[in-house]
Amino acid sequence: MKRVQVTEGISARCGENILLERYLERGSDEQVGMTITEKILAAHAGLEEVSAGALLTAKLDLVLANDITGPLAIKEFAKIGVEKVFDQDKVVLIPDHFAPAKDIPSAQQCFEVKCFAQKQQLKHYYEVGRNGIEHCFLPEQGLVVPGDVVIGADSHTCTYGGLGAFSTGVGSTDLAVGMAQGELWFRVPETMKVVLNGKPKNPWVSGKDYILAVIGKIGVDGARYMAMEFTGEAISALSMDGRLTMANMAIEAGAKNGIIAPDEKTVEYVKGRAQRPWKLYQSDADAVYHAVVELDVTDLQPQVAYPHLPSNVKDVAVAAAAKLPIDQVVIGSCTNGRWEDLWTAAQILKNKKVHPDVRVIVIPGTQDIYLQAVREGLVEIFIQAGAVVSTPTCGPCLGGYMGILAKGERAVSTTNRNFIGRMGHPESEIYLTNPAVAAASAVLGRIAAPEEVV
Amino acid sequence: MAEPEKTLDKVDQLKGKVWKVGDDIDTDVIIAARYLNRSEGEYLAEHCLEDLLPNLTAKVKPGDILVAGKNFGCGSSREHAPVALKYAGFSCVIAHSFARIFYRNAINIGLPVIVAPEVAEAVPEGVILEVEPATGVIRDLTNGQTYRGEAFPPFMLEILSAGGAIPYVRKKVNRRDV
Repeated sequence: MKRVQVTEGISARCGENILLERYLERGSDEQVGMTITEKILAAHAGLEEVSAGALLTAKLDLVLANDITGPLAIKEFAKIGVEKVFDQDKVVLIPDHFAPAKDIPSAQQCFEVKCFAQKQQLKHYYEVGRNGIEHCFLPEQGLVVPGDVVIGADSHTCTYGGLGAFSTGVGSTDLAVGMAQGELWFRVPETMKVVLNGKPKNPWVSGKDYILAVIGKIGVDGARYMAMEFTGEAISALSMDGRLTMANMAIEAGAKNGIIAPDEKTVEYVKGRAQRPWKLYQSDADAVYHAVVELDVTDLQPQVAYPHLPSNVKDVAVAAAAKLPIDQVVIGSCTNGRWEDLWTAAQILKNKKVHPDVRVIVIPGTQDIYLQAVREGLVEIFIQAGAVVSTPTCGPCLGGYMGILAKGERAVSTTNRNFIGRMGHPESEIYLTNPAVAAASAVLGRIAAPEEVV
Repeated sequence: MAEPEKTLDKVDQLKGKVWKVGDDIDTDVIIAARYLNRSEGEYLAEHCLEDLLPNLTAKVKPGDILVAGKNFGCGSSREHAPVALKYAGFSCVIAHSFARIFYRNAINIGLPVIVAPEVAEAVPEGVILEVEPATGVIRDLTNGQTYRGEAFPPFMLEILSAGGAIPYVRKKVNRRDV
């Protein structure tokens, strides 16, 4: 069979044209290769073959909402006219955004979600104390597995692509439809292949820096409507926590989903956690890519995204040289609240003190991570350094609570967005970094490179 | 009696004064998370775009049109964002391009969103535009200039014809019951 290599230099061309060219070259009876995203969507739509641009209805393996988007989805669900959700075992509700409730209206919203879960007898409702930030919690507990199609009423639902699942953020109405029907219509996205080559020389470079560098290169709408498929030797070498961080921020480039082909590391991670059988998909060698972006990470430095867009990145050395004083550091969130993130921050804060002008808020992503951090001495390191350690919550990332910024305050944060007013006052500033840079900055009271501290 | 069926060609022409915003307007700026502890449309509308255009809601008249640059509605999936714009009085949003979750949410809650790069670039704030949702034709009533917005794909037309995602699904559910 004739193989057509289409992996490079096609960024300006449309996927459909390539498909057409290939049909002409081979004859229309021959199958054309598919990407992981296309394969998963096809399998869930009962189709053998799909290509970008196709509209289909896919079966949902999991439907997720939280205390912010859940109440609106429940309201819309009531209008549809069905009594029960499509499957009591496939709807996950997690109060994590403003929970434990920050005020009476938030308490009301959490309560509405809980009552709905009770009424519907949902298997996967997780109360505060037995949960975590949804996108840290679901992979950790094996609620989502490779090969799944998952929708969540939260834009960072794309996180599960790190496991080789198709997962995407939707609004509350789509979520309501998903809860009622167990299926949803999708347009099969074009795929952007993001190839990361090399091995970083800088030991503090992480998945966060990879994804920030990519967003810096392509812009906040650089992958709009597309699937971002991360591949290359740097991805193979990346930990599962790092992969989840990368897929998590695909939305920050406008993508529909981020995805990484599952490998031995994925299987190792999923084993012992998965609550269902999983399926591993790989892209075909002759899959059609709408665009290819390549990045050599050998000389990559930790990245700092300046206000007010995640694409506004600079090398940490440039940011450090600016000597901008900071007021707050947040280490946590669905982007960087996993074990590896806390562990890295602790390596830097060990036997150090937080700068007198700075407050540091550490938020473990889940109760399990929190417990492990207690057992392995991380919490003690943080407290001795002068940081506070919170229960898992999205809180400060979206300006909810637990670290709201005042007018004129400047924060370094391991979260995902630095939009105007995201963490508080519209005249506050957020600098996005990896956990090592955040911890080093906490010590020096300004944006700092990790090697300045350790 | 059943609810009257709303079809796209029965949607009135949209007409109103243009308000302009730039590129990459995110949903945090459309409705800040500090207001997400409630979800009523009227409440959200009071705070719509307030960090960018203070007191906007008091100035917008029903029917007015928001014209934006690239990637409108990026960021969070909060459906509160299109809801806030709708309840603030905007009859539709015209943009150079939309972020995908926002686009889908807007269609789902019945806020017309029209991709029209020419309008985003050429039309100044304050003029009166008239939009035909069924054809995508956009007229500048102050100078007679006509623009063409992107037509909705057939699949989406079906949802819009039903009056949004929920009535669309209700129809499907009822059909299954029969």
